[in-house]
Amino acid sequence: MNDTIAAISTTMGVGAISIIRVSGNEAINIVNKIFKGKDLTTVDSHTITYGHIVDNNSIIDEVLVSIMQSPRTFTREDVVEINTHGGIAITNKVLELLLLNGCRLAEPGEFTKRAFLNGRIDLIEAEGVMDLINSKTEKSRKLAINQVNGEVSKLIKDLRQKVIEILANIEVNIDYPEYEDIEEMTNSMILSNITDIENEIKNILKHSEDSKLIKDGIKTIIIGSPNVGKSSILNRLLNEEKAIVTDIAGTTRDIVEGNIVIDGIVLNMIDTAGIRQTDDIVESIGVKKSLDLINEADLILYVLNNNEELTNEEKEILNKIKDKNNIVIVNKIDLENKLNLSELSEYIKMSVKNDIGINELKNKIKEIFNLEQIEQNDYTYLSSARSISLLKKSLDSLDAVKIGIENNMPVDMVEIDLKQMWSTLGEIIGETYTDELIDQLFSQFCLGK
Amino acid sequence: MYEIIVVGGGHAGCEASLACARKGHKTLLVTGNIKNIADMPCNPSIGGSAKGIVVREIDALGGEMGRNADKSLLQIKMLNSAKGPAVRALRAQADKITYPKNMIETLNNTPNLEIKEAIVEDLIVEDNKIKGIRLEEGTEIYSDAVILTTGTYLKADILIGDTRTRQGPHGEKPSNHLSDKLKEYGFDIIRLKTGTPQRIEKSSIDYSKTKVEYGDDRYWTFSFDNEIYYDKDKQIPCHLIYTQPETHKIIKENLNKSSMYGGLSDIKGVGPRYCPSIEDKVVRFADKERHQLFLEPESIYYDDIYIQGFSTSMPKDVQDKMVHSLPGLDNAIINKYAYAIEYDAIDCKQLKQSLETKVIENLYTAGQINGTSGYEEAACQGLIAGINASLKLEGKEPLVLKRNEAYIGVLIDDLVTKGVIDPYRLLTSRAEYRLLLRHDNADIRLRDYGYQVGLVDEERYNKFLNKKKEIEELTESLKNIKLTPKKETNEYLESIGLPDLKDGSSLFNLVKRPEVKLEKLTKFFEKEYSNEIIEQVEINIKYEGYIKKALEEANKMVDLDNKKIPEDIDYDKIHNLASEAKQKLNQIRPTSIGQALRISGVNPADISLIMVYIKKEYFYEQR
Repeated sequence: MNDTIAAISTTMGVGAISIIRVSGNEAINIVNKIFKGKDLTTVDSHTITYGHIVDNNSIIDEVLVSIMQSPRTFTREDVVEINTHGGIAITNKVLELLLLNGCRLAEPGEFTKRAFLNGRIDLIEAEGVMDLINSKTEKSRKLAINQVNGEVSKLIKDLRQKVIEILANIEVNIDYPEYEDIEEMTNSMILSNITDIENEIKNILKHSEDSKLIKDGIKTIIIGSPNVGKSSILNRLLNEEKAIVTDIAGTTRDIVEGNIVIDGIVLNMIDTAGIRQTDDIVESIGVKKSLDLINEADLILYVLNNNEELTNEEKEILNKIKDKNNIVIVNKIDLENKLNLSELSEYIKMSVKNDIGINELKNKIKEIFNLEQIEQNDYTYLSSARSISLLKKSLDSLDAVKIGIENNMPVDMVEIDLKQMWSTLGEIIGETYTDELIDQLFSQFCLGK
Repeated sequence: MYEIIVVGGGHAGCEASLACARKGHKTLLVTGNIKNIADMPCNPSIGGSAKGIVVREIDALGGEMGRNADKSLLQIKMLNSAKGPAVRALRAQADKITYPKNMIETLNNTPNLEIKEAIVEDLIVEDNKIKGIRLEEGTEIYSDAVILTTGTYLKADILIGDTRTRQGPHGEKPSNHLSDKLKEYGFDIIRLKTGTPQRIEKSSIDYSKTKVEYGDDRYWTFSFDNEIYYDKDKQIPCHLIYTQPETHKIIKENLNKSSMYGGLSDIKGVGPRYCPSIEDKVVRFADKERHQLFLEPESIYYDDIYIQGFSTSMPKDVQDKMVHSLPGLDNAIINKYAYAIEYDAIDCKQLKQSLETKVIENLYTAGQINGTSGYEEAACQGLIAGINASLKLEGKEPLVLKRNEAYIGVLIDDLVTKGVIDPYRLLTSRAEYRLLLRHDNADIRLRDYGYQVGLVDEERYNKFLNKKKEIEELTESLKNIKLTPKKETNEYLESIGLPDLKDGSSLFNLVKRPEVKLEKLTKFFEKEYSNEIIEQVEINIKYEGYIKKALEEANKMVDLDNKKIPEDIDYDKIHNLASEAKQKLNQIRPTSIGQALRISGVNPADISLIMVYIKKEYFYEQR
């Protein structure tokens, strides 16, 4: 932790300028070694200095250098930011000079890690910053900013406050049993109090699921028998919308065919290795495998051919997807109708060839995921998988409280689960310390050996 | 020349000197007044929430308080009996004459223990190691270890209204110089305050205006010896009354005359949050119309009645008015006026977990000098200090109880890790693993330690081993005893208020149900078991799920406590450590990651840094 790190902070190659960030005890000294202009060790903190980056005596680039001295910086360490004139070659050269003069190349997320370890931000904020860096759409950027602002922390803090008020009352009853004037916190009172808390947690969870959609996008698969036109529908969607072409790195083992943005929400069109080549899910890998795919998806687009009769396999699939978010598309309506439409409950008629049904499909997607509604939210919800799973865990404790009450357990037993819930909520905002948190930190930030 | 000298004959001093002497060390107990040994200068009760469990723990470890209280009972009851087993605790009224008398007898009959009456004014210290004590008149007495249990006697001032008098409880002589000397040796001295209410002449109280509070209609003992010294039908009752609007009016009108509210301008002592004076209660809880007061008998040998909840530092004339405004006390005669007492204590962050001071080797402190309040809190520290001073002289590792093992562990860890601002009282809510630290299982938790350190004799230990065996035996047998839905069985179940059996069930499964009491099912047992055994088995079965959860949580803490921080760690070498954390860590010098984590002002990020440093750099530097 005591070395000085450097990295290019802006996307390589794009934009008019690039920023290289340096953080650590030696940040100012190191930059000063390759800087020609004022002596950076003497300039005031939080000022910008004009000058040149030089390699021996040859000028590499004309730059603006921001000096920010510890502790009022993002990492709480000395931070220097060098604004260069963009361009991959120049930016790389500047970075190379920094590394030659004593910096170490920062690992991904290491600035945030330092900010966290130095107490500048709490865990939720740290996660928020990572999300901000990775955010793909305007909506998910807003969500990330809210997380950083601590609005989420406040929500959780309010919940914890409510729980601790109940706990305090129980504790007083136990420690001062002779005080008859103090209201006795009974199981039935606990029950009525936690019902409100339960509703609130469920509400946050519900919105968090939405916000997870905003952040992670909707995992969508297109399935159907061979030659029903899956590829043409996919290509049509990809071509029409502004596809974000990225290689969305390995959070899942899925391969993303492409992203479509509908109303600001990313639709990740999922393909899996091998499937594309045969273009034939049902036949090539069988019903069972396609069912696995179905289970993992947020949305299933099931394509049928207007020009063919329903096969038994197709009927089976229809039955399997009925409890999932699904849209049945009857494609090729420009051809003769051989499909018995009365066997389907709800479907969209489509002809990619004649440009029929694409808008209906998009409207249907909006309807299913309530996308218009999401737009109105204020985004103050948890979006990291860790936070959501902890919130769910606290809901488990709450259930245990209810079971205890149902079983007529004494109040001090019931309180055990209530305390557990309180500490789990604390974990979300990093206010409870457990070994897992340490382990998590070590595994996430690659400390030690 | 003695091996160990104990300074102070209160509850801490008694346990400390008994522990040392019983472990075979030549021990001297020095006290300002032999008559005041084991004195109860405040309330006439032993136990209470959490404290009652501490008394059980003291007994399990081989200390004296439980046995001595059992011999001196006026009344006893189980608190929170309507709640779960984790929060039950005994509270007793103990006779203020009998309790000290019995304790003094025990001290006198203990080999290796001498008692001397004197005031200690200085220590003999060489190379930061204790060598003995220096008495008021200059006599020096040498020893290998010293345990200070000076209670409230360091620079004690009695405060009543606008008067401040340099004296200890009962007008006893305080120690005027010892705390200055301690300061010279490097201790940080803090000033604390506590108080005690009036004592009323019993015959002047009209009990018809009070509510009677009886003891329990069954026998209880603090000690696992289970010896009964009292008649449950002859317990002395307490009486409950409430403050009146007139009482509050008098207090508000005279507030500026109270020592604490302007009567004295030089108050430095911080009073206990958990045991506030009546003027504190009236001011801080202004919207409360009344406060509870208990009239408690002090002894059967004299007639003083203690008004629990009415401690004050008002001048005497105002106290007269206040007392006379209470129901049934219109004509009460005040035998002793209430007072506040200010005294010096050391900063307990300067102690190790063993209660040895970090400042002077082989010097131990226990009780109110460490900033605690309460007889039980003092006694358990005295016991641990006595055990650990002895162990040190024997060249053995100290006995440090963990937070999941005993309230004593919670108390000492709180003291040395967090320090105190106001007098520290134990509360069950200070214990994270309360369900594990029960009244009923104190022996299961601690008897082995008591035996290992040599304070529990063979006879008691064998009795304990036998109890453990019987618990296992009964638990196993309950799994094998099956009840079938026979008419006869169901009729019996009905008669004890249980629903009929539909299918067969083992007693083990039956007792899991909250409404089923194992003691009602003894007729199905293969042999007879004591209530103690039945209770243990029932708690273990009935609350198994909760106990398991508590154990899991406790194990996490134990893991962290087992991650040791090297004694010579240099926190200045850890970069980026927050300066507040650095300062606290340097002061407290936690021995484990677990303890470091409990220091306020040290946050998880700091802990990460320490762990990284220990892992990556400390051991590297050692090489």
